[in-house]
Amino acid sequence: MQDIKQFVESGQIARFPGGIHPPERKQPASEQPLRRVPYADELILPLRQHIGLSGQCTVRVGERVLKGQALTDAALHQGLPLHAPTSGTVKAIEQRPMSHASGLPEQAIVITPDGEDKWRERQPLPDYQQRDKAELLDIIQAAGVAGLGGAGFPTSQKLAQQKPVSYLIINGVECEPYICADDRLMREHARDIVLGMRILAYITGTDKTLLAIEDNKPEAIDSMRAAIAEYDDIELRIVPTKYPSGGEKQLIQLLTGHEVPSKQLPIEMGIIMQNVGTAFAVKEAVIDDKPLIERVVTLTGECIEQPGNVWSPLGTPVDALLEYAGFKPEQQQRVIMGGPMMGFTLPITAVPVIKTTNCILVPSTRELPPPGDEMACIRCGACAEVCPATLQPQQLQWLAKAKDYPALEENNLFDCIECGACAFVCPSEIPLVHYYRQAKSQMRNQAREQAKAELAKKRFEARQARLEREKEERLERHRKAAEARKQMQQQQAQEASEQPSDNDGKSSAVAAAIARAKAKKAAQEDGSSTPAQPTDAESKQKSKKSAAVAAAIERAKAKKAAQQTARESDVEAESPATEQQRPAQDKSAAVAAAIARAKKKKQAREQQTSDDRASQSPDQEDKQ
Amino acid sequence: MSFKVAAAPHGHSQKKTNQVMAWVVFALIPGVIIQSYFFGWGVWFQILIAVTVAYLSESICVWARERSARQALRDNTALVTAVLLAISIPPLAPWWIIVIGTLFSIVVVKQVYGGMGQNIFNPAMAGYVLLLISFPVQMTHWLPAAPIAPYDLGLWQTLHTIIFEYTPTGYDVEQLRTTVDGMSMATPLDGVKTALDQGKILTEAYQQPMLGSLAGIGWQWLNLGFLLGGIILLQQRIIRWHIPVGFLAGLLVPSFLAHMFAPSIIPGPIFHALSGATMLGAFFIATDPVSAATSDRGRLLFGLLIGLLIWVIRTWGGYPDAVAFAVLLANLCVPIIDRYTRPTVYGHHSGAKHDAE
Repeated sequence: MQDIKQFVESGQIARFPGGIHPPERKQPASEQPLRRVPYADELILPLRQHIGLSGQCTVRVGERVLKGQALTDAALHQGLPLHAPTSGTVKAIEQRPMSHASGLPEQAIVITPDGEDKWRERQPLPDYQQRDKAELLDIIQAAGVAGLGGAGFPTSQKLAQQKPVSYLIINGVECEPYICADDRLMREHARDIVLGMRILAYITGTDKTLLAIEDNKPEAIDSMRAAIAEYDDIELRIVPTKYPSGGEKQLIQLLTGHEVPSKQLPIEMGIIMQNVGTAFAVKEAVIDDKPLIERVVTLTGECIEQPGNVWSPLGTPVDALLEYAGFKPEQQQRVIMGGPMMGFTLPITAVPVIKTTNCILVPSTRELPPPGDEMACIRCGACAEVCPATLQPQQLQWLAKAKDYPALEENNLFDCIECGACAFVCPSEIPLVHYYRQAKSQMRNQAREQAKAELAKKRFEARQARLEREKEERLERHRKAAEARKQMQQQQAQEASEQPSDNDGKSSAVAAAIARAKAKKAAQEDGSSTPAQPTDAESKQKSKKSAAVAAAIERAKAKKAAQQTARESDVEAESPATEQQRPAQDKSAAVAAAIARAKKKKQAREQQTSDDRASQSPDQEDKQ
Repeated sequence: MSFKVAAAPHGHSQKKTNQVMAWVVFALIPGVIIQSYFFGWGVWFQILIAVTVAYLSESICVWARERSARQALRDNTALVTAVLLAISIPPLAPWWIIVIGTLFSIVVVKQVYGGMGQNIFNPAMAGYVLLLISFPVQMTHWLPAAPIAPYDLGLWQTLHTIIFEYTPTGYDVEQLRTTVDGMSMATPLDGVKTALDQGKILTEAYQQPMLGSLAGIGWQWLNLGFLLGGIILLQQRIIRWHIPVGFLAGLLVPSFLAHMFAPSIIPGPIFHALSGATMLGAFFIATDPVSAATSDRGRLLFGLLIGLLIWVIRTWGGYPDAVAFAVLLANLCVPIIDRYTRPTVYGHHSGAKHDAE
């Protein structure tokens, strides 16, 4: 930490390894003043614009909306709301092709502008210092401000880190060829950007802001330098032109001489980085109460007649922008969203500008020749030479093709920032980044699957253990019951032979016992085990069905008789095993035993069935 | 309308692989011209035969592996292998020598292992070693360089010798390299080594007729020619400095130290640098990226290892030169070199973690 401070105070610019110098081609687009494109016939606003969850739609089809009105509510702090770029009516809420390499559809709100451009009520807040930081964060979140430089991470979330911030770095490097949206913004709106930087510095509580610009933008440097002149705590850092010096990790290395430790965020080093466009959006959100409803987009490439930068309302279809700029497609035309290094091709242009769209590039095949045939890797190492992360792209490529995921992990594939420098210089024209992305997503999937399988296994094992335990307990109970019953039978048999007719009142009990004994015998003749063992009884059920039925009838009769007598006597013997040989108590003992047996059997049967159900569907629990 | 889909990045710099290979062949030209000046027309015929055999065998292999032969031939890697092998063998070696060597290089060493980019060993050097071990006589029959050669063969005579193993006038190669006084002329490396083995001192060994002002007659210029080609490759950024520098350091530093230690019996660095296949090896053979180490540090180490092995074998081994053996041995060590010379990735420096705390 002390090292970082020392380095930054010295004002040095470190260097990062690798990097390339592709043709910049920022002109002629960078020389044209910002223009404002007219509202398209319909504005398509995908619910998901950035990393994080999409919000819940709060408008209905046919509803009239005002400019700046929230169309979704953010899902807690995970996401950001979306706002109407102009006044109009909600035409549809439906699946529309997305601004993605796949062009797959996603849910979107479609608005037809009414041409009035009527604002909702606004509450400008010029004296933001009077407000609490948390309140400002809420405002920024409610305005839907996302990082406009890269992945579109919600700005409020990045700022809400509960960690001390020593340096706020404002990224105006814009190292990717062709793109000059930030360049133009810095030239024309330097004061607004600086105001945004002040707000960001206020929220983060840092007393030092570093503004970094690549040395190929002298006009932007001049205009920003003038705008920050009155602030002592903002320092301008001019970094040499090299791709990808605008990458977060690379810029931090340039300005602090230190690397962001792997798998950590810059905040761990006390650094927060925001793009100049984001700073501008923060200023508009806080001071002007203007949510993020438009952004600067570079329209460039040799296949359009009027290259330049435009203020594009979010949701403007790409084809409308291209038409505005005079699009002359050629054979095999590529339409690239983003720059030539990291941008992706659009299969169709009926997709909208979203918060992260910084450039639409329509190159001719002359200026950006399409890739040739992929040849085998000759391990020349040109890729390793230019890798800003000091990876060994050639090795990663072999491993990715071999799907050797553990080795990819070991070779730190996840430290790849996908800048494309390796693929740019590869003499065999291997689409290296493409292979890395594929491998990364497969590895992520695999990790997810593995975690799931691990959990399922744990659950299964726990369940197995529980079933085993229950089975043992049950068997133990059955064993005890069987023993008790055996003792009873012996006793009853003894009684029956000793006292065939005791008296009239007791004859029914005796008859019942005899009948029961007979039934049991019949059952035993068919099956090998006693019906007292419900498990066995169940398994043999079919073979001895008739015998069992007969026995059951007999038993039922006996039971009825026994119950009649039982009503007269006192039921107290839950444990017939402790019974004594006293003739006077014979009757009541027999009755009690019969009742106890009946109860046990019932219980056993219930358990049996529930056990069966459980064993028939072992996965049921897992599926839930 | 729908548009073309392509993976990022949408642009490309630098030479393509086939151009890289073409540059290697181009940079060999000064050396080959010098070789043909000192050692006759033979080298051109050897190149012709080797390239023909290489292209034919590569086409058949690629066809058998159900790939596009046109694309495989376009990458120029077979061309480089063939030319390197052809200029490594004695220019008057019989035709079947280069045919066997090329077939082995292309079919076994390269295609059997999976074709371009997959071979573990340097194909040209593996082919060379096969020939050297199998046909030691033919493979060591280098003629003396032109100024001291007893015979001067024309184009037709050279071709006749390569095809029939005799000149039209009936001399075989052994006779061609024998001087009028009946002495068979060895290569400078061989000559010096034999003399030293016989107990002579260096000054005596250097008095043999095939030795020139710096190293062997002809050979010193040949090496300087390949050095020039190597500088072209470096300047064009076809190769990087690590392997040649490691190679030359590995060879010249020990020879310098040993020469200082025993100046009368151990040849010095200049002799080593300009003898045998030193410069060809340092700039054209060891730098074959496919079979070399990958990281910068690894390549330096790989080069050092080759240079050191060459010096060890030249000094104490049974063969006068050792580039091919050294390269193959170093090829074997590449996986382990790669493993232990992996550069530290961004964010993994020990300092990085420390600073975060």
